[in-house]
Amino acid sequence: MDTTKIASTNGTTAATTGRPSPLAGVGTWADERLGLATAMKKQIRKVFPDHWSFMLGEIALWSFVVLLLSGVFLTLWFTPSMAEIQYEGSYDQLRGIHMSEAYASTLNISFDVRGGLLMRQMHHWAAMLFIAAMLVHLMRVFLTGAFRKPRELNWVIGGVLILLGIVEGFAGYSLPDDLLSGTGLRIADGLVKATPVVGTYMSFFMFGGEFPGELIIPRLYIAHVLLIPGLILALIAAHMLLLVYHKHTQWPGPGRTEQNVVGYPLLPVYAAKAGGFFFIVFGVCATMGGLLAINPVWKYGPYDPSKVTAGSQPDWYMGIAEGLLRIMPGWETHIFGVTISWNVFLPGQIAPVALLMMVLAWPFLEAWVTGDKREHHLLQRPRNAPTRTAFLAAMITAYGLLWAAGGNDILALKFNLNLNYITYFMRVAIFVVPVLVFFLARRWCISLQRHDNEVLLHGYETGIIMRSPEGGYSERHLPISTERAYSLTARDRDVVVPDPQPTDGQGVRDKGYPVRKLRARLSQGMFANNVQKPTTSELEEAHHHAEHEHELEHASGMDRPADGHQFDGHADHTPDEAPLRGH
Amino acid sequence: MSDHTPSTVPSQGDGHGAQVATMHEADPIADPGVHPHQWRPTDVDERAAKRAERQVASLFGLSAVFAILFCVAYFTLEIGDNHDTFLGMGASTVALGTSFGAALLLIGVGIIQWARKLMGDQEIVEMRHPAHSTDEDRDKVLADLKTGIEESGIVRRTLVRNSLLGAVGMLGLPAVVLLRDLGPTPGQVVGEYEGAGLEHTLWTEGMRVVRDVVGTPIKASDLEVGDLVNAEPAAIFETDEHGEHLIEGVELQIAKSKAALILLRMEPDDITPGRGRENWTVDGIVAYSKICTHVGCPISLNERTTHHLLCPCHQSTFDLADSGRVVFGPAARALPQLPLAVDEEGYLVAQSDFTEPVGPSYWERG
Repeated sequence: MDTTKIASTNGTTAATTGRPSPLAGVGTWADERLGLATAMKKQIRKVFPDHWSFMLGEIALWSFVVLLLSGVFLTLWFTPSMAEIQYEGSYDQLRGIHMSEAYASTLNISFDVRGGLLMRQMHHWAAMLFIAAMLVHLMRVFLTGAFRKPRELNWVIGGVLILLGIVEGFAGYSLPDDLLSGTGLRIADGLVKATPVVGTYMSFFMFGGEFPGELIIPRLYIAHVLLIPGLILALIAAHMLLLVYHKHTQWPGPGRTEQNVVGYPLLPVYAAKAGGFFFIVFGVCATMGGLLAINPVWKYGPYDPSKVTAGSQPDWYMGIAEGLLRIMPGWETHIFGVTISWNVFLPGQIAPVALLMMVLAWPFLEAWVTGDKREHHLLQRPRNAPTRTAFLAAMITAYGLLWAAGGNDILALKFNLNLNYITYFMRVAIFVVPVLVFFLARRWCISLQRHDNEVLLHGYETGIIMRSPEGGYSERHLPISTERAYSLTARDRDVVVPDPQPTDGQGVRDKGYPVRKLRARLSQGMFANNVQKPTTSELEEAHHHAEHEHELEHASGMDRPADGHQFDGHADHTPDEAPLRGH
Repeated sequence: MSDHTPSTVPSQGDGHGAQVATMHEADPIADPGVHPHQWRPTDVDERAAKRAERQVASLFGLSAVFAILFCVAYFTLEIGDNHDTFLGMGASTVALGTSFGAALLLIGVGIIQWARKLMGDQEIVEMRHPAHSTDEDRDKVLADLKTGIEESGIVRRTLVRNSLLGAVGMLGLPAVVLLRDLGPTPGQVVGEYEGAGLEHTLWTEGMRVVRDVVGTPIKASDLEVGDLVNAEPAAIFETDEHGEHLIEGVELQIAKSKAALILLRMEPDDITPGRGRENWTVDGIVAYSKICTHVGCPISLNERTTHHLLCPCHQSTFDLADSGRVVFGPAARALPQLPLAVDEEGYLVAQSDFTEPVGPSYWERG
């Protein structure tokens, strides 16, 4: 029976349905054509967990949006041509000089388009922020084990994005065709020519003939504004879709499990925070673009293959390739009438890619060693994966050393050091220091793990020093909150693979033995020294012990501070008022 | 403290990729559950909420003011050659950047303040689902795939399949061949223009050595001991009867990228001439390629006392008193030396082109 027409009240006004909201009207119109409701029903209130470190990837995302916006502005005036013209613009010191149209139009954007220099500088700063944020985001994901199943593919996509970002950045800063960027291209030409067998052909095809030719700028331009950004955009879309599908990882804590995600809904809180953060990233880029000069190409002059400025430095993210090139000894092989330039080919083409690949491959190595096929949505604290954390610490060290090596001339100048000695030092340090850092970081992690167990079993240090009747001093420990204790213990115990037997029960030799032995050895190396969380019985025992101690303390009056008035009747507060450091 | 060694599991029979037994152990400390929600002042005190609302609205309002200031700065401040009037930058750039930045930042801060103070802050729990599909779905897709493949006959009809694979593979050829005209091969450019190719430069027998900016020829007597001159071949500055340069544009850039020269006068006794290079110098003046043999940067830094020349890009160092030998850095080969002579008017000229390719090494260089 239809009851909608029956009045539900005894009121004097007729019962009417409310006016449909305009939102519902638009929604219905769209849904009847797109079927949006089914697609969006789970997404509008989708839950995202909150933590500052989840913001790093967001910086990369938003700075890419800033790059797209400022980049489109720049294309409205930039002329990607190497045709030679005479500069007639506003910048006095270069007027009348012959230069390429690319350089002249860059000067034009800087001096004759209002807001042009701001946009150029914003674009450059946003590019730096983009790559820096991606790298720091990579470190966060690596150190917390966020790359584990089911997120391995997203990890690889992220790695490709970093590589593309660096290539995109190089293409971008080569475009103005100033003296510095031209020198960068010349070095790129040298790197390409060092490729075995096909090097010179690659160089001639790249530059449309002999270096510098007149085609490289237009070619880099189309790669910079269409090809690479298109790829980056597509990969970012895939990265974000997978993020939504997998749901974000979260830190372990009360109520947070592998099966759920706890946090704030996309609409309104997360959308507002993310949207607000976009404006903040954009605003920071704009402020930097307005206040901090970057790449003042007018100071360098147009490209001239016979000139170079001392202290030439590429953008910072090329620093490790630069450092590799600088510290490589001059090895070259002349054999069977051909030349193999190890001194350029190895550091310029092989090593940077190899370093990135090592980091990208780690998750797969780790998954193979542990044999763990479970999904992981709870993050690990870096200390709880000591070998992994130490590996990244070693890689960061190598990165830092190569970075410093890339500026060895600047270091020599600023610190009044001998350039040659810096280089010799780096040649050794690049192999030795990361190894030292690896072991140091691993021990450090293990110590921190021990500390966690200490806190779990014996409580935190209150900072209250007690003197016993015998005159001995000790610090009072109090148990940590259940929530914190739970967060500390919400992690898996590491499983170590034992050494396999070379033969099976019947004495038949096992063909897979060497591989299995390698896996067991790696597992032992990676996990055997880790400290595991205490067991239930250990915790109970420790708490029993603590309670007993506290009873004794209470009985002897040692659980409250002595104010010196215990015996003179002027004591003005009860023991319960004694302040303890909150935890 | 007790020793917390990791647990071990017995080695699994199938070894590689074996599913390690998961530890089915209850958490040593029970999950206390999501922290109960705590009300904020703005949730319970309408006055606080109103205050927060006013704060947010003020931030947005201030942002609008900065947007207007941006427009004022755009139309009032001059640009042009006064690019360092304020803070080492153009007043326009600084004003536009700060006002634009402030307008954006204030919106961002306002929205986040809104989210933190006024939007609901109840934590929500959402359940996860495994990334994989249900077994049912997976079986269905596999079955459908199998049916589709069978109906197409791609497995059975090998002739069709293989000829298609071959044809599609062949399409790779046009794709590669199409790129052939990206540039000429290193061999093709030889002879196309003056000094073309990896093994040639503009230098020829008798070509005058001229100063690189002004193009004036150089007499041996013009140089003092210790003088270093950046030089180029005279052909770079040659003009026709209308004063137009004969070599310009891309050819000029290519010519300079190979022919650039360093002249250095030192005490003749300091020079250790290479074998067969005894008569390549004039009165202690030596000439070397300016292009680094590492990756091709123009070398520019001279250590006067040692005759060492340093490349500013990667610090390869060459000894100009000793055939351009590498004394430090990543370069592997000595700098090519240009044999010098004087013409009848007393000006420095080249005896010939460089006797080896200049610039970075490459495979075919030998």
